[in-house]
Amino acid sequence: MRGPDIQWYVVLSALLFTTGALGVLLRRSPLIILLSVEIMLNSANLLLIAFSRLHGREDGQIFAISVMAVAASEVVVGLGLIVALGRRHIELDVDKLRTLRG
Amino acid sequence: MANFLVWVVWFVAAFACLASALAVVSFRNPFYSALALIGNLASLAVLFLLLSGEFVAAGQVLVYGGAVMVMFLFVIAYLGDRTEDSPRSGGPSWQVVGAVLAGGAILAEVIVVVGLTAGGFLSKPQQITRGFGSPEAIGRLFLTDHLLAFEVTSIVLLVAAVGGVVLGSHARQLESSGDARA
Repeated sequence: MRGPDIQWYVVLSALLFTTGALGVLLRRSPLIILLSVEIMLNSANLLLIAFSRLHGREDGQIFAISVMAVAASEVVVGLGLIVALGRRHIELDVDKLRTLRG
Repeated sequence: MANFLVWVVWFVAAFACLASALAVVSFRNPFYSALALIGNLASLAVLFLLLSGEFVAAGQVLVYGGAVMVMFLFVIAYLGDRTEDSPRSGGPSWQVVGAVLAGGAILAEVIVVVGLTAGGFLSKPQQITRGFGSPEAIGRLFLTDHLLAFEVTSIVLLVAAVGGVVLGSHARQLESSGDARA
């Protein structure tokens, strides 16, 4: 394996995950929270692919592709909820959303 | 020389990755955040390529950088400027302090745990053949060893698509009934 060892990827992935987690914890716009969740999922993907390369087997990449499919589904449902909130003229602020009545 | 070039590419991609992730978290306008996330996904695809994950890198650019981000940008454009965070009043509150502490705790935990438990096993990557991570290899694994995961993924995507349609049509009914009352 040319270039950096696996440890570099682990540290980079931990930094990315922390950045995404901070975004989820600090921001209040649900759109940016969804974007931060994408960062967290992608840091996990990076680690899956790095370990897949370390072990010389592609199963980690299969796992990463499944994670991408789940992330796409999550975005569809999350954006559907946000659009539903927007159409009802509810303020887009997760601190002020307390009930999920239909 | 080639090894040196790989290091240079890695550092550029890793820096772009972290910088764009910080940009996603810190921009006030979600439109700019979404654009920064596209940069984040592209630099991650470069890292995937360095790890011989060719098919995953292509899928990352097509599915994430293409389809998912277009969906995000459509929703942000649809909702307009109501999506911006209202500015916080006053200085850093206990929420901000707690969030930063929690983030630091996650980072320290990951690094300490990986360093303690996996430190000795991480240094020797296996040899791989030329076809590692190619569409052929991934497709063969998906249709043999991981067939169940493949089928379950298709069901998950179908359920999500139905859920998106139901949420959208429900919201339209609410909107039209609201108009009728007004």
